[in-house]
Amino acid sequence: MNNPPPVLQVRVWRGAEDGAFQSFEVPRHESQTVLDVVTYIQRDLDPTLSYRFACRVGMCGSCAMTVNGKARWTCRTQVASIAKNGAVDIAPLENLPVIKDLVTDMAPFFDKWARAKGQFRGEHTRKDDFARIQPESAQRKLVDEAIECIGCGVCYSACDVVRWNPEYLGPAALNRAWTLHNDGRDVMQTERLSAVAGDAGCHACHTQMNCTERCPKHLSPTKSIAGLKRAALAAALKGRL
Amino acid sequence: MSVGHASSASALHVRTQVLLWAAQRISALVLAVCVVVHLVTTIYAIRNGLSAAEILSRTRGSAGWAVFYAVFVGAVAVHAPVGLRNVLSETLNWRGRGLDAAMALLAVALAYGGWRAVYAVVAAG
Amino acid sequence: MSVRADVRSRNHPAYWAFVVHRVSGVLLVLFLPVHFFALGQALRGEVQFDSYLRWTEYPLVKAAEFGIVFLLAAHMSGGTRLLMLEFLAWRDWQQSLLAIAAGITVAFGLVFLFNLV
Repeated sequence: MNNPPPVLQVRVWRGAEDGAFQSFEVPRHESQTVLDVVTYIQRDLDPTLSYRFACRVGMCGSCAMTVNGKARWTCRTQVASIAKNGAVDIAPLENLPVIKDLVTDMAPFFDKWARAKGQFRGEHTRKDDFARIQPESAQRKLVDEAIECIGCGVCYSACDVVRWNPEYLGPAALNRAWTLHNDGRDVMQTERLSAVAGDAGCHACHTQMNCTERCPKHLSPTKSIAGLKRAALAAALKGRL
Repeated sequence: MSVGHASSASALHVRTQVLLWAAQRISALVLAVCVVVHLVTTIYAIRNGLSAAEILSRTRGSAGWAVFYAVFVGAVAVHAPVGLRNVLSETLNWRGRGLDAAMALLAVALAYGGWRAVYAVVAAG
Repeated sequence: MSVRADVRSRNHPAYWAFVVHRVSGVLLVLFLPVHFFALGQALRGEVQFDSYLRWTEYPLVKAAEFGIVFLLAAHMSGGTRLLMLEFLAWRDWQQSLLAIAAGITVAFGLVFLFNLV
């Protein structure tokens, strides 16, 4: 080997809420991802580093972290595209309790999903005929463009209203509520609108669009939340909230 | 961790929260019109300097301007407090009845100050 | 974990629009009592009102007036953009709306400035 690979200066968050960045030098390789970097550190430099990953191919969302200030999937983030001056800092997702190092407690994220009534409830049984939903209908298209969320938490981490308002349900939970609101088979519509409206719900969104900007699936929670604002207003005016 | 409504931490019922939001958006629509008129009027008025005569010759005894500015002030008295409520709760972590009362007070103060100003420039003599 | 918000993830147009809207709104609310007090001077009669308005000849006051007009135009056009996003849901138009809002703001500001000096 004539030229040793250049080296990345990597800072990684260690500890919990209280903690500090620890510096490592990691050999650079072609097509290296940030997940590769974290994996190298844990396997070769410091086995006490804690982090999450699963599929490592951009399908599960487990590897989401804050890289150079932006929440992203580390398995789909090429070092070459973000480490312009050979430096990378890696921290856990924002707005969530830190368990250790790069691992956050996702429970609050999913608790809010439940509080937003982000679950489907139908009334058909297996004795009924299939529900008929036209895939090309306007309503189904609204669902389809928002349904691909895998609950990775990147949008939640990026949102300032989540940061400033502890009760705010957040973009992912509200986005999921919107898909269910437009699902013709769901029968929990009124309770859901009640759950997602108001100061801790969709009406707290200020259209900052950090969520839409950062979503790795290119969804727009902002658009979904705008839809919920309108739907909740209509329900309030009809006395249904 | 509270179960049920997202809004359970607030002192107001969720329907009230939504209607406050709606009032702020409706007042925004009214203000969009008022502000354009006001900006154009202001630009026209400050040509060759601002004077009492410049303002009063237009507004004194005018029912039209009286109504326009009265509506303008009313919309501001709704729009600003609801907006400021968000800013204060998010910046200072101040929530609940205290904040709501303070914002209601602000609404009254703006309405009073504003309508007094409208009267001042419209009342004849 | 980190107390300070990282600016790197907030460096995009929709977020700048939010900052402009919030800052302009707060400054305008602070300006209103001054404005209402000034206009209320008309209650003392035209001569008194006019002598109070002599303040508007000072360059610093003129600069402040320009600033207020600019903030008002920015808040109004940014607010109109928000109303359209919330009630019309034109996702693909977003960047255009922001550019249009910025343009209107600058236009009002410039016309005011042109008539002010």
